[in-house]
Amino acid sequence: MATALQAVSLSKWFGEGEARTYAVHDVSFEARFGEMLYIVGPSGSGKTTLLSMISGILRPNAGQVVVEGQDLWQLPDDDIARFRLHKVGFVFQDYHLFPRLTTAENVAIPLILQQRSWNEALQVATQYLEIVGLQGKQALPPVKLSGGEQQRVAIARAIASQPDILIFDEPTASLDGDTGKRIVSFVKEKILNDHRCILIVTHDSRIFEFADRILQMEDGQIHGLVSGRNP
Amino acid sequence: MTGILKIAFKLLVNDKGKFAALLMGILFAVFLMVMMTSMFAGILKRASATVLNVGAQVWVMDPAVNNVVSSIPMPDYVLDAARSIPGVNYAVPLYSGAALVKLHDGTYQAVTVLGLDDATLFGRPPLLEGRIEDIYAENAFLVVKDSEFAKLGNPRIGSEFEINDHRGTIVGIARANTSGLFGIPTLYTTYSRAVTYIPSTRFTAAYILIEPKSPAALPRIRAEVAKLGYEALTHDEFIQKISHFYTYETGLGTNVLLMTIISFVVGLSISGQTFYTFILENLEKFGALKAIGARGRELVVMILFQAGFTALTAYGLGVGLATLMITLARMRLPDYAAEVTYFNLGLAFVMVLIIAAVSSLIGIRKVTRIEPFDIFRG
Ligand SMILES: Nc1ncnc2c1ncn2[C@@H]1O[C@H](COP(=O)(O)OP(=O)(O)OP(=O)(O)O)[C@@H](O)[C@H]1O
Ligand SMILES: [Mg+2]
Repeated sequence: MATALQAVSLSKWFGEGEARTYAVHDVSFEARFGEMLYIVGPSGSGKTTLLSMISGILRPNAGQVVVEGQDLWQLPDDDIARFRLHKVGFVFQDYHLFPRLTTAENVAIPLILQQRSWNEALQVATQYLEIVGLQGKQALPPVKLSGGEQQRVAIARAIASQPDILIFDEPTASLDGDTGKRIVSFVKEKILNDHRCILIVTHDSRIFEFADRILQMEDGQIHGLVSGRNP
Repeated sequence: MTGILKIAFKLLVNDKGKFAALLMGILFAVFLMVMMTSMFAGILKRASATVLNVGAQVWVMDPAVNNVVSSIPMPDYVLDAARSIPGVNYAVPLYSGAALVKLHDGTYQAVTVLGLDDATLFGRPPLLEGRIEDIYAENAFLVVKDSEFAKLGNPRIGSEFEINDHRGTIVGIARANTSGLFGIPTLYTTYSRAVTYIPSTRFTAAYILIEPKSPAALPRIRAEVAKLGYEALTHDEFIQKISHFYTYETGLGTNVLLMTIISFVVGLSISGQTFYTFILENLEKFGALKAIGARGRELVVMILFQAGFTALTAYGLGVGLATLMITLARMRLPDYAAEVTYFNLGLAFVMVLIIAAVSSLIGIRKVTRIEPFDIFRG
């Protein structure tokens, strides 16, 4: 399987001198197309920090994120923004939907940022809402939806721009067990394909069964592979 | 680009409560600024009413005169001298004085009497009713139909009154461009009748009105008049002098200026504050947009659009409200002196632009510095 993304000795620390603490310390791993890669670990172990660095949101203090043979963080800011817009879909821990926009407008945002026309963006957004099973809900504001439905809106928004790399931060944290499982199994069946790589951060052992590989993280470091084939 | 503006628009106006609060701050400031400056413009215009209505090109007066009412009469030789200045087509005296009129019902009313040169009637007003020749008839007066007209009991041609124990008869009704500042009606008569009917000092010509042969003659006229110890001003200069007097020497202008600045500062701080709060409350949204792939410049455009749209909408509403108030006030109070001028609207507009610029600058600083990571860490 081809490499989607490579983290090489990534580090992120906060504070300087005596007060310096590492959120992520010298982490290397590889994510491949066609796989669902889990990163699990206790709270505060650096998972969100790591995801932010590989998705072009947070600049690392050291190390590289290699995508298509290029070090992402060597690129100019506008190119990093373009990477976020075209290559990555990020489903945030708290969804971060826009309460004053309709669900369709929420999903259309990345398309609009890609300079598609308003009408076209909304049309495509409505299709993606259908894909995640929210047909007929395009005109509602997100607050009118259940937690699981909001999660799906966030997924639709993340996949609407057809990213290569899809990143979920704690996708099931605010969902009940059944809903969480249904969503992850849906993602694995319908969203994952050979040209796409899905990274999931979770503590939820009920969804471990969908993982192709699970990386264990602790104190800012990756301690090894819990299951699956070796990198 | 239009797509993100649409998103910016929806983020702004879909939160109706906050949008209304944003509008209120600027609306309030615009309303106060327009009201203040319009009131002032109205007062200034009325202060120059006589100059505007008489319409002579050059006015000769005592240098100490700084408003139309407190004129200082000049000796006759000034008139003779003015007539002999090269470049003067003609020069005529204008009488301006105050008198008491006793109306039919026995009440008294103060009036301003303007006496026009008997030979030329130079500076005569346009008539709505009557014929100008009738001004030579016995006891003849023209009455000006301005906002004070009713104080003379809405006279008609033929109406009679007493003026300083003389009889007076209305022979014509004149149109006025502008009403006066002091709320008293104006009568016109001939210079000689004004001097006979109204007790005067030794000198009687309040102003000498000059019609130059050409604009090129002006410097010469000015110089010659100055040699006599008097001052020759063009129509515009005289209005400016009066405005200058009311603006800088009566406290009126300073107060209006102060109030305008205060409205501006209050409006600026209210709207700056509310816009800043709006940005803070939406910081998470801007962070999300950034994380999704919006570039810094796109966020700046969104904020500029939001601030600009709010400012222009509030400007429109504020100007509308001020105009409405002034119109309503005019219907109730004929003497209400406020006047919305383009200059005032422009001034308020510039101030609103400054408010919008400052507000968006604060927002832009905040938004371009957000790290989406700090928001998502939860
Ligand atoms: N801006 C910051 N300043 C100081 N310390 C920070 C900052 N951001 C993160 N950290 C620290 O970095 C460590 C890793 O944080 P991170 O949010 O990545 O953990 P996490 O594994 O995602 O935890 P959780 O499971 O609770 O979401 C934590 O100890 C956190 O306190
Ligand atoms: Mg986290």
